[in-house]
Amino acid sequence: MDVCYRKRKALGRLEIGRGAGSGSWELLSVAPGMAEVVAVSTESLAGGRARAARTVLGQVVLPGEELLLPEQEDAEGPGGAGERPLRLNAGVRSRVRVVCGPGLRRSGDRLLVTKCGRLRYKEPGGGGGSGGVYWVDSQQKRYVPVKGDHVIGIVTAKSGDIFKVDVGGSEPASLSYLAFEGATKRNRPNVQVGDLIYGQFVVANKDMEPEKVCIESCGRANGMGVIGQDGLLFKVTLGLIRKLLAPDCEILQEVGKLYPLEIVFGMNGRIWVKAKTIQQTLILANILEACEHMTSDQRKQIFSRLAES
Amino acid sequence: MKETPLSNCERRFLLHAIEEKKRLDGRQTYDYRNIKITFGTDYGCCIVELGKTRVLGQVSCELVSPKLNRATEGILFFNLELSQMAAPAFEPGRQSDLLVKLNRLLERCLRNSKCIDTESLCVVAGEKVWQIRVDLHLLNHDGNIIDAASIAAIVALCHFRRPDVSVQGDEVTLYTPEERDPVPLSIHHMPICVSFAFFQQGTYLLVDPNEREERVMDGLLVIAMNKHREICTIQSSGGIMLLKDQVLRCSKIAGVKVLEITELIQKALENDQKVRKEGGKFGFAESIASQRITAFKMEKAPIDTSDVEEKAEEIIAEAEPPSEVVSKPVLWTPGTAQIGEGIENSWGDLEDSEKEEDDEGGSDEAIILDSIKMDTGEVSNVGSQDAPIVLSDSEEEEMIILEPDKNPKKIR
Repeated sequence: MDVCYRKRKALGRLEIGRGAGSGSWELLSVAPGMAEVVAVSTESLAGGRARAARTVLGQVVLPGEELLLPEQEDAEGPGGAGERPLRLNAGVRSRVRVVCGPGLRRSGDRLLVTKCGRLRYKEPGGGGGSGGVYWVDSQQKRYVPVKGDHVIGIVTAKSGDIFKVDVGGSEPASLSYLAFEGATKRNRPNVQVGDLIYGQFVVANKDMEPEKVCIESCGRANGMGVIGQDGLLFKVTLGLIRKLLAPDCEILQEVGKLYPLEIVFGMNGRIWVKAKTIQQTLILANILEACEHMTSDQRKQIFSRLAES
Repeated sequence: MKETPLSNCERRFLLHAIEEKKRLDGRQTYDYRNIKITFGTDYGCCIVELGKTRVLGQVSCELVSPKLNRATEGILFFNLELSQMAAPAFEPGRQSDLLVKLNRLLERCLRNSKCIDTESLCVVAGEKVWQIRVDLHLLNHDGNIIDAASIAAIVALCHFRRPDVSVQGDEVTLYTPEERDPVPLSIHHMPICVSFAFFQQGTYLLVDPNEREERVMDGLLVIAMNKHREICTIQSSGGIMLLKDQVLRCSKIAGVKVLEITELIQKALENDQKVRKEGGKFGFAESIASQRITAFKMEKAPIDTSDVEEKAEEIIAEAEPPSEVVSKPVLWTPGTAQIGEGIENSWGDLEDSEKEEDDEGGSDEAIILDSIKMDTGEVSNVGSQDAPIVLSDSEEEEMIILEPDKNPKKIR
């Protein structure tokens, strides 16, 4: 692939990203026979200035951008030269702990964006010095195991005391047979190769293979374990799962009114759904897959049409 | 990476659904997915999308010395590659079985069927011939690679133009595209592969299997045919036992499908030809323009019309009844009537009253025209009356006005 960069004079605003700084770069990648133009506007590192995170909330940010936290804005100030007024009680600065969510990384005192998407912020829940959470809402299909996530896995192998479970990540996770409710050495759970398991991660970092369990910290299953025999498993993007699992999701309520159904969401993009007949199950699966690209009006139309028929 | 294993749950569901004659995406048993063909800026480059399966095809040519035992024939070379972006299971060293199978099938379909005239690729017998190389890359795997690949190969070959060559005695002149227009290859026919997936021990078949369906199928039958219903190659894999009438049935279905696909290919080639001739923009960038997020195109938004009737009834119920005043037509002569007064000629104020004049004048004329039209239309009715009817386009003849028995009713 030939990649060539072209520098353009600052031409004002592009759709993605805010007003160009001293120069904006356009990225042209030409594959043999294909000419797809992707316009990426990034602040040129030499002359750009880091923006305040507060002003960029809800907008699209691109990897490589640096964001200032609110307390640092005063330092950068309108002067730009970093003139700091002398304080008599220097050193007493309220340290606010800001949590860096997915898509952001700490670089020195600033936040460095590592994924493209919209910047979001959540106020600290219980009052006091938490500082809130910043994260980037990005879209992807490939799952990376994260501790505490509930996922649907497929058993690929049984070896000795553990099952190997494929969760869609880079490695299969390991699941001990004792990690089920009511399982003892004599009383083994009935799990076959090819079964679906709903569980959560207790160990998930990039250096080790992830470990999964089907049991809560207090010893109860709480809905985890082997998922039933019938039903359909299909894959969607991670963003759609997060949207569907949000507390006030309308889609789920409307779907629930259509047919009686059982549904399990895995944070790795897998959804298991079961309705009374195969036709209903297929309809539900197609609706959920299509929900990603529909506006709420279109969705309501489709639901009302289905409810009539 | 290992490919995602198929869970028992999915397998059971798919087989049950197939028993009930239902497919995952709602297609019928003999339905193909949407086929989309786009061309690049170079000749011989195309992308074929069969549903979500995408194949990129590129044709190139080179002058080489021919094979020793075929001194007067050009050389054809086909290559299909499964790119790593097509599926996580495709790795550089891993997919040898599938790759070999697909490549062999493609070669048999295109080379052994002699769809391309290799004699025409000869420049100087024994010394210089054209070597045509077809490279296919699988960009996304969603089932039925072989169909998409065969369509991409034949489309790319039909689209390709090779440089013109002239031989005068011992001198061979190769013209650049600027000197002389490049020349298309001579293609006799277009063989296209059609895949059939078999289930339930060969009793039930599906055309154009999805990736999920491919995983649970018992066996696969591929028939390569052209639009003249000639079978170019046929291959059955998976070890199922097929009956004679099943194979015949499949070949009939394949004939129908190949006709449709060939028409689509012809249309796509013609469109591209037209665009290039007219000097318009062509290439991949143009064909994906409308899918960009920043394009100024709004799709038709479906409007909810379910409560239009209620709203209309409400409006009618609440609205005031129309006024009772009905102007009576004034009859000047039989056949000429006037409703309303019209306004006076006011040439002085053109701006304000232009519209009103047009309306009023138009309404009067419309009424008179209506009466004549109705008469000329309903000849049988008027024939019962005594007045003579003259139907002619000539403007010189007198307009004969007929008895206006039914006319007042027709004037609105």
